[in-house]
Amino acid sequence: MSKKSYRQAINEAIRQEMERDPRVIIMGEDISGGTGTQGDQDAWGGPLGVTKGLRPQFGPDRVLDTHLAEISFVGAAAGAAATGLRPIVELMFVDFMGVCFDQIFNQAAKFRYMFGGKAVTPLVVRTMYGAGFRAASQHSQCLYPMFTHIPGLKVVLPSNPYEAKGLLIQAIRDDDPVVFFEHKALYDMEGEVPDEPYAIPFGEASVTREGDDVTIVAFGRMVNFANEAADNLAKVGISCTVVDPRTTSPLDTETILETVAETGRLVVVDEAHPRCSMASDIAGLVAENAFDSLKAPIKLVTSPHAPVPFSSVLEDLYIPGVDKIEAAVRSVMDHGRREAAE
Amino acid sequence: MTKPKRTAPFWADGDDEDSELEGLRSMPEIQAITMPKWGLAMEEGMLARWAVEEGATIGLGDEIMDIETSKIANSFESPVAGTLRRKVVGEGDTVPVGALLGVVSTGDVSDADIEAFVADFLASFKPVEKAGDDGPRAEPITVGGKTIRHLRMGPEEGTPVLMIHGFGADLSTWMFNQQALAESRPVYALDLPGHGGSSKQVDDGSAAALADTVRAYMDAVGIDKAHLVGHSLGGAIAIEIATVAPERVTGVTLVAPAGLGDEIAETFIAGFLTETRSRKLRPVLEMLVANPGLISADMVEDVLKFKRLDGAPAALGAIAAANFSGGQQKVSLRDRLATISVPVHVVWGESDQILPAAHSEGLPPSVSVTRLPGVGHIAHMEKSSEINSVIKSVG
Repeated sequence: MSKKSYRQAINEAIRQEMERDPRVIIMGEDISGGTGTQGDQDAWGGPLGVTKGLRPQFGPDRVLDTHLAEISFVGAAAGAAATGLRPIVELMFVDFMGVCFDQIFNQAAKFRYMFGGKAVTPLVVRTMYGAGFRAASQHSQCLYPMFTHIPGLKVVLPSNPYEAKGLLIQAIRDDDPVVFFEHKALYDMEGEVPDEPYAIPFGEASVTREGDDVTIVAFGRMVNFANEAADNLAKVGISCTVVDPRTTSPLDTETILETVAETGRLVVVDEAHPRCSMASDIAGLVAENAFDSLKAPIKLVTSPHAPVPFSSVLEDLYIPGVDKIEAAVRSVMDHGRREAAE
Repeated sequence: MTKPKRTAPFWADGDDEDSELEGLRSMPEIQAITMPKWGLAMEEGMLARWAVEEGATIGLGDEIMDIETSKIANSFESPVAGTLRRKVVGEGDTVPVGALLGVVSTGDVSDADIEAFVADFLASFKPVEKAGDDGPRAEPITVGGKTIRHLRMGPEEGTPVLMIHGFGADLSTWMFNQQALAESRPVYALDLPGHGGSSKQVDDGSAAALADTVRAYMDAVGIDKAHLVGHSLGGAIAIEIATVAPERVTGVTLVAPAGLGDEIAETFIAGFLTETRSRKLRPVLEMLVANPGLISADMVEDVLKFKRLDGAPAALGAIAAANFSGGQQKVSLRDRLATISVPVHVVWGESDQILPAAHSEGLPPSVSVTRLPGVGHIAHMEKSSEINSVIKSVG
């Protein structure tokens, strides 16, 4: 066990799985960098340095710098998975899904179903997401709800370095296609990460805070904001349960419903746009299955239904933050108090 | 008047000091109660509740406050005896390890002297910046082809103590004991094969095979003879070593040891092996203690993190199958106790839900037995000062 960044945790997961299983390969744009130029090999190690050092260790047969056409190399990775390799393919920014989505949702996600369960597709699509990086509307989106919608895909959102390593190892060992979302703003986050390989099962939420008053369900980076909000609120006597589902598909509905049954109040925090988001999905789940336990209307904390602004001032306003989460929790608490007073 | 002297670091609850100071008892003395360090990672703690009032007389080992950290909540047993003169830290306050919590005096000490002591302490106190930077660390070593993580504390001199944890635990189970005992002697704790930071190869998983590895570990770190302290499965391992290699053992302290009776709580073993969610594992772990409030969310999370390591579930399964299966213990060592010629002391919590305290009945007369009311299976954590006293009395 030692302190590692989210970036190091991801690098270590890939490295250890490549050491363990020769079928694991990695491919993508600039994941090594310098290939085919006069420049140094491994000049980049990925646009933010996440895959640094893999090419020198594993060589060009297993660490492949690709060209710029996602439609072809994401498709090639899906095909390689169908024929026995276990590829990790990097879709640099999830915003680029538009040019390779068919390969993912019509091909990789469907192989198991189209071939009577006889085909497996052990593919991992690693991709960056999220605002806060001054990268504007085409490099900042939170498109995990769109992948969550597709049967046949598993969707993973690690919120800290410990989860990043364990969930990525699980993703690589999984026989179905997995889309693994890495928040750009988390790469420098540090935490205790075991040196040994370990796998965190999909579909098992982590309950990061336990309280009696309000359940906060949060995704990816938002889990850390929810924890901070819960800690602040605890000081003024409002105790929150925070649920980090870790994976949106499969989703641990059991933990969400159980904790809402205990608290009777729900706030969902999702960096995605509100329509057809994980926030609206969880609200629907709870409204349908736990209506009788609710003491107040469900509150959603999301970004607005608008592209991510390039203006830094507007981008900061756009991202759901600790203040907005605290305000939402207070508002559901106030609802209960108003009723009691009447 | 003799100038009051500042004594007793936070971990010293020593009987040794007591006997030395017997003649000085009546001398006025001011002593500090400071935030303890429970485990290597602890940097700060929150004083949740004072259990005594200013002016009260407190004895060594009295529960004087509840302390909570992110890892653990426990009552804090007084490391000093005397009159509580000042509560320096209030309930709900979080302070660093080593910070002054309260002041105790014996004999005739004026309020002014107490104030001066507090001011002096606060002026000179510097919290340690980062956990682990100041003290010994757990380290891996190679023993017979396996990696064994271990932690050594204390001086070079003195008869070593070797602490052997139970099924599913690791060396951090001794967080309330190891440092306290290391005041006067070297104290070693290790992670058994299959546990903590050690290799997940467990051979056949039997207590005898694990005992072989522990003996090889003693060779590797140069422990000729040691006082073995074993908890639960670690107790069975200690009995194995004491009977197979009696020349290596100076005394044996057994905390709720395995191997002295037939039954074991199958619900605990099965639940520990199979539950993967914190909300399901928590009630299983609560069986370990008389007061379920002692099991913190972080403790549950730490067990889950351990169980996710590659090889850990298989290792735990093999150890469980070899030693405990279907609610029955397969390891039977009761007859061997009478053959041990060094002092043996058995301690058992009467509320133990894993191994019944009745297993401490009918032991050979050479074995001392202490039963603790209101204590569960992990007596060394629930009643640490009692267990530390027993270990010191064994030698």
